[in-house]
Amino acid sequence: MRTVSAAARRRRSALRTLGFLSPWLLGLGIFFGYPLAATVYFSFMKYDGFTDPVWTGFDNWSYVFTDYPFFWPALGNTLWLVAVMVTLRVAFGLGVGLLLTKIKTGAGVFRTLFYLPYLAPPVAATVAFAFLLNPGTGPANTVLDALGLPQPGWFNDASWSKPALTLLALWGIGDLMVIFLASLLDVPKEQYEAAELDGAGPWARFRYVTLPNISPIVLFAVVTGVIETLQYYTQPMVASKVASGVIGGSGQHFEPGYPEKSTLTVPQTVYHLGFQRFDTGAACVVALVLFAIAMACTALLMRRGRGFLTAED
Amino acid sequence: MTPTPTRTSAASRNAAARRAALHWVGVHALAVAASLFFVLPFVFVLLTALMSDSQALTRDLWPHTWEWGNFRTVWETPGFLTWWRNTLLYAGLGTVLAVGSSIPVAYALAKFRFRGRNAMMLLVIAAMMLPPQVVIVPMYLFWARQLDLSGSLWPLIIPFAFGNPFTIFLLRQFLLTIPREYTEAARIDGCGEFRAMVRIVLPMAKPGIAAVSLFHFFYCWNDYFGPQIYASENPGAWTLSYGLESFKGAHQTDWNLTMAATVLVMAPVILVFFFAQRAFIEGVTLTGVKG
Repeated sequence: MRTVSAAARRRRSALRTLGFLSPWLLGLGIFFGYPLAATVYFSFMKYDGFTDPVWTGFDNWSYVFTDYPFFWPALGNTLWLVAVMVTLRVAFGLGVGLLLTKIKTGAGVFRTLFYLPYLAPPVAATVAFAFLLNPGTGPANTVLDALGLPQPGWFNDASWSKPALTLLALWGIGDLMVIFLASLLDVPKEQYEAAELDGAGPWARFRYVTLPNISPIVLFAVVTGVIETLQYYTQPMVASKVASGVIGGSGQHFEPGYPEKSTLTVPQTVYHLGFQRFDTGAACVVALVLFAIAMACTALLMRRGRGFLTAED
Repeated sequence: MTPTPTRTSAASRNAAARRAALHWVGVHALAVAASLFFVLPFVFVLLTALMSDSQALTRDLWPHTWEWGNFRTVWETPGFLTWWRNTLLYAGLGTVLAVGSSIPVAYALAKFRFRGRNAMMLLVIAAMMLPPQVVIVPMYLFWARQLDLSGSLWPLIIPFAFGNPFTIFLLRQFLLTIPREYTEAARIDGCGEFRAMVRIVLPMAKPGIAAVSLFHFFYCWNDYFGPQIYASENPGAWTLSYGLESFKGAHQTDWNLTMAATVLVMAPVILVFFFAQRAFIEGVTLTGVKG
């Protein structure tokens, strides 16, 4: 009698859990599982989206890695952005967060001012920066000119386009700043006082008190920064379109990664192959490369950040 | 001998006060410099938005005449109001669907004990980290070929009815902070799990729900890739983000009008921020601090 009711209760609670999870289980199957399997399938097919797909083995794979002229430059740019943009964003976010903890007068106003650019919609912010940094009439170069400094070509110069994107990314530092600020304020005051009694200077206090306390947040910022950079799409795409002067809109073709492929990122090559060249198979190959890199980074985050998984009950 | 200690202590107090004052000046000078970096782009955008067509072609930074009419010109551009309507539809409906469908999922992941819960959480995080470009090709073929819905925003809105990984993750983090005792008390009183969620936990989770709703709303508001894929073929389905780029394309040399349009796209987000600052900051810290 009791065992039956226990089994029935277990079944009931399993059904209840299933019920609560059902929207997501369906979504996971339809919008992640199915398309992921289809991406693998199409990566072995010659398919233009109109005529029937034909099995071609590893042709798409060898095409992407050896003959597709945009793959390696895109991967190189993505790695550049991971190395430079993520590092600078973390350093700058931490620096601005630290500065905010030191401000005595008007801290609230400064915090709001520093945070605002993060709110600017990416397309609007990118169009704004494409204007600010345009070599002809841009205020940035006007100011540099007045100061007697050199005036770079920014989004129109292959060696300055990625630094220009980095500048745009630093402008929108608000998210990292708030996270760092919260963690900096959580560092126990007594540790600073103890360090000061031991004669530790500002640098030693930062190195031996602040950093160890906030290192989980630094790691979190680095890994999520890498994952965001792997998805970096809107800003480089809009910047290159605006700078190259291409009319936007439907079906318009533009030079990917203008100038000289310097702003092309891996996700943009998925768009280029799949939606401009209608080479579904090759687009799926690049998508899978992106998937592999993103999942490797996620695994790293999981290993270091067990806290995200375990419920504290 | 006796006055010496007082003198040195007075001198050192003076030195300390001077150091503190210098420190104050240094910190605030740095803060002002940083403010210039964050604020000047907005200032130049606004100033340019108010210039005349001919002045926008020059390097002068200050408007000779103040052309407030630029905003009206942009507002009356064919399509601009449609982009607004579409963006509000996408962001509004998308947020309602995503938050509504994610609440029970986040609740189960935060409050139920069941086998495979950690694996499920792992899948949520993996889906959250997945670049949208990874699955876009089969997804596009599915919506365009199977369901004939390309040229509209429905392929972007409908999936939100099936839970959104980022929303689920953030909501779960928030729900974990609500003690179990509340739901257990409800259960003892004979309250069903669904009723316990709706009646007891959700009212307590209002700040969290507000934060994730804001986040989701702005995710949709800002989305460029989705509308580019599904809506680009039909100008009637464009959103502000996608439309703004094409606006620039159509007004090649008119930086003043483009900047006026940029201001009109930025303004609502910044206005909402001032009204909902607390919820915003709460949401950002939720992403990082827990765990």
